[in-house]
Amino acid sequence: MNGVHDMGGMDGFGKVEPEPNEPMFHEEWESRVLAMVRAMGAAGAFNIDTSRFYRETLPPHVYLSSSYYKKWFLGLEEMLIEKGYLTREEVAAGHAMQPAKALKHGRFDLANVERMMVRGKFARPAPAPAKFNIGDRVRAKNIHPATHTRLPRYVRGHVGVVELNHGCHVFPDSAAMELGENPQWLYTVVFEGRDLWGEDGDPTLKVSIDAFEPYLDPAQ
Amino acid sequence: MGPGCAAADTRQAWAIAPIFDVMSHDHDHHHRHDHDHSELSETELRVRALETILTEKGYVEPAALDAIIQAYETKIGPHNGARVVAKAWTDPAFRKALLEDGSKAIGTLGHVSRVGDHLVVVENTPARHNMVVCTLCSCYPWEMLGLPPVWYKAAPYRSRAVKDPRGVLADFDVNLPKDIEIRVWDSTAETRFLVLPMRPAGTEGWSEEQLAELVTRDSMIGTGFPKSPGAPS
Repeated sequence: MNGVHDMGGMDGFGKVEPEPNEPMFHEEWESRVLAMVRAMGAAGAFNIDTSRFYRETLPPHVYLSSSYYKKWFLGLEEMLIEKGYLTREEVAAGHAMQPAKALKHGRFDLANVERMMVRGKFARPAPAPAKFNIGDRVRAKNIHPATHTRLPRYVRGHVGVVELNHGCHVFPDSAAMELGENPQWLYTVVFEGRDLWGEDGDPTLKVSIDAFEPYLDPAQ
Repeated sequence: MGPGCAAADTRQAWAIAPIFDVMSHDHDHHHRHDHDHSELSETELRVRALETILTEKGYVEPAALDAIIQAYETKIGPHNGARVVAKAWTDPAFRKALLEDGSKAIGTLGHVSRVGDHLVVVENTPARHNMVVCTLCSCYPWEMLGLPPVWYKAAPYRSRAVKDPRGVLADFDVNLPKDIEIRVWDSTAETRFLVLPMRPAGTEGWSEEQLAELVTRDSMIGTGFPKSPGAPS
C-alpha cells in the first residue's frame, strides 16, 4: 500500500537525533508490548508480514504521531480483534468475556521462550528456476498494490542491477494477506543515486533494495 | 527528548481519530510530574488491560513475557556484533568466510550461534562506505546489535538515508571524503545487514578482546566509525 510507512526519499522530517546512552525501553509498558507481540506471533496468531501490515494500515496521522511501541500496541490490538482472538467488548472491559480461540502453536509459556529467541527461517525450496542472473539489468515494476508490499515507492519504474541472489523466500505480499507463503526468488538490486533522485542527487550514492522476483521486469 | 523521541513522532498534534488516542499519552513522560506519580498513562492502562485479557484467555503466561524481556535485555546487543567484527579484523580466513556467508560464518562461533539465516556482512573500504536502513519499518540485525535505537526506527532517518546519506551522516558528526562511494542497503526483506567497519590505525598487535572494545554499534550500522585507540571511551 502507498502508506506513510513507505518513507524513503520523503522530505521534511528534520534531523536525525541520536539519544546518548539510550535505554532499551523508555517506559516499562514498551517492553510488555514487545513481549506480547513476540509471544502471540510465536504462538501462531499471526505472521511477521501480517503484523507489519496492521501497523502500516494505522491511519496516517496516528502512524506519524505515535511512538514506535505505541504503533506496535495499536497494530497488535486491532490484529487480535480482527483475527478473532479477542473482542472490542473485552478490550473495553479490560477482561476476558468470551471463550479463547485456539492458537496454532498453543499457549505461549516459559518452555517456548528459547525457541522464540531463534530467528525464523524464511528460505524455501525453489518452485521454479530463477529468472535473473547476477549482473542483469532489471526494472522495478510500476505497481501500486493497495495491500502489503515490500517494494518501496522510490524505486518503482527505475532500472537497477542484480547484485546478489538470496534464494527463494516467503513472499510477504502473499503471506501478509494470509494467502500462503508463495515462495519467490529474492535479489539484491542496486540503483544509481542519480537514477533515483535526478541530476541533483549525490553522484557517489548507490542504493540497494532486496527485491522479490515478481517486483522485477527485465531491462535493457 | 522522551519516548518515541523522533521529532516527527512528537511534533504535531493532529485531529483525533475516534478509536485511537492520537496524542496517545506517550508523552506523559514529559507531563507526569504535573500529576500524581502513581497515575498511569492511558497507554499504560491499555497495555495492562491487553495483557490481562491475553492471560485470562490462556494465550500467554505472564512469566513467559518476563522471560522474553529478560532475554532481550541480556542475550542480544552490540557486544555480539563487536566480537564478530574484531575476529574478522584478526582472522583473514574468518573475514573471507564472513563476507561470503555471514550466517554460516557466525554460526561457527559458539557465543552468537543464533544469528539465524540471511545475515549479509558488507565491508567498508577506503573506496566505499556502507550504511544500513529500513525505509519501510525497522528491520535490523537484532542478534548482532540488540534492539534498534529510536532514531533508526523514526521518520528522519528512514526518509533521508536513501536520498541524502551524507546529510544524515552529518547529523552524527560523520564526514566522509567527497569522492568515496556511499552504498545504502535498504532492508526490504528478511535479509539483514551488518557493516564490517575498517580496522582503526594504530591497533597492530591488539587482541580480539581489545579490538572488540573499539567497535561501536553505529559503526556496524554505518552511521559511525570505530573508536580510535587511546580515545576516551
